[in-house]
Amino acid sequence: MPLPDIPPLLDAMVADLETIIDEHDLDRQRLALVGIHTGGVWIADVLHRRLALPTPLGTLDIGFWRDDFSHQGLPENIRTSHLPFDVDDRDLVLVDDVVMSGRTIRAALNELFDYGRPRRVLLAALITLPGRELPIQPDVCGARLDLPAGERVKLSGPEPLSLSLVTQTREIS
Amino acid sequence: MIDAASSAAARVQLTSDGRLRHFIDIEGLPKALLTEILDTADSFRGVQDAQVKKVPLLRGRTVANLFFENSTRTRATFELAAKRLSADVLSLDIQTSSTAKGETLLDTLNNLEAMQADAFVVRHSDSGAAHFIASQVTPNVAIINAGDGRHAHPTQAMLDMLTIRRHKGAFENLKVAIIGDILHSRVARSQVLALNTLGVAEIRVIAPRTLLPVDVEDWRCQVFTRLQEGLEDADVVIALRLQKERMDGALLPSENEFYRHYGLTQESLAWAHPEAIVMHPGPINRGVEIESAVADGPQAVILDQVTNGIAVRMAVLSMAVSGQTQSRARQRAS
Repeated sequence: MPLPDIPPLLDAMVADLETIIDEHDLDRQRLALVGIHTGGVWIADVLHRRLALPTPLGTLDIGFWRDDFSHQGLPENIRTSHLPFDVDDRDLVLVDDVVMSGRTIRAALNELFDYGRPRRVLLAALITLPGRELPIQPDVCGARLDLPAGERVKLSGPEPLSLSLVTQTREIS
Repeated sequence: MIDAASSAAARVQLTSDGRLRHFIDIEGLPKALLTEILDTADSFRGVQDAQVKKVPLLRGRTVANLFFENSTRTRATFELAAKRLSADVLSLDIQTSSTAKGETLLDTLNNLEAMQADAFVVRHSDSGAAHFIASQVTPNVAIINAGDGRHAHPTQAMLDMLTIRRHKGAFENLKVAIIGDILHSRVARSQVLALNTLGVAEIRVIAPRTLLPVDVEDWRCQVFTRLQEGLEDADVVIALRLQKERMDGALLPSENEFYRHYGLTQESLAWAHPEAIVMHPGPINRGVEIESAVADGPQAVILDQVTNGIAVRMAVLSMAVSGQTQSRARQRAS
């Protein structure tokens, strides 16, 4: 199955985010993007530059918030989450590369709320795949793909960003 | 070369695939694992910036603090570390509990295991107590050594390593000087092991002959009896507490005499590198091993050590419970 090129997907995400900002009358001065490590940070970084938002980019590593500690133990190479702004009463866009089960987003929302009470959280994803296990849907999505059972899509980056197919070995995304 | 003692220490502490399951001694642990502890602790430092300083990793797990010897700081930071991992915490002051009624240590531990505790944090005045519990009594409960006799205090050593790394970056080119009561110090022994494993260029211990252990020549460090020579150009200066409660002979003429020759004062600190950091494991005897102006001065990172202690203890607790969990899963599968 051919995978889409990334630049048009990013164009579509930027356009959709612009529309949402206008429709909901979001305050650009206070709107903040939060990328989820690792691929989500790469995508968020591009969106952040394209939208020219003044608030610095936030990053989250959800390793300590995963729900599979009992099965998998502590993940390796957990980075420090960094939210260089006050979360309270702010509009946030959570950004990830691929959304499938929705468990990563659940973990990210839990972590985010430990930093404060945002006014609104939107979700933007480069790719969504079928297989949701939680009631979580992106507000902005570059492409929806249908993959054969057992196959996953992986983002490489940050420069250049590219998608490839891999056989599934991990349980959440 | 890994000698027999360190490979035995590694066997008890590590799972078959090299992950931590007990944390008893720095001896026998490879550099990669110490670095993993520091990296994980660094990530937990980040959590301390959030409004809610907790992560849900050990939700539903139980950590029992078993302190057979007094401690304020270590016990408080272990308790806080376990709570910040969302574990349920049981802190037992053993002197006032069942052991005073005649229950043996083994019975106490077996009862706690039956209560399905996932980790025991153990401080004991006997060297080897934590190792004994991990190898002979409750091997399926993660044992964290919070100090055993004169033997080891590995979480203190690792919080010191984290403090050094956060202030100085890489370990390789550093000169680290440890001053004072090396003889009674489980901290010094664990620090020297950790500094060697992490590849520090120059490790120096500075003490009067009477406060040096007889086997110090085997410690893989330089030994100095004159403060000035030992401090010369040091990047990290660690003052140890003079352990008056463990002095059972005439090891020192007087505290004043010790302070005059080995006290870390503004004057003596000037012999170290101008950007040297000053550390102390606490509690501080002001005017005995360190001058107040140094302990509270701009080069001191002593309170930073306390904050790093919580992060390091979160790291070893979560890594050891994780190692035990995976071991059990493998046993069930096989």
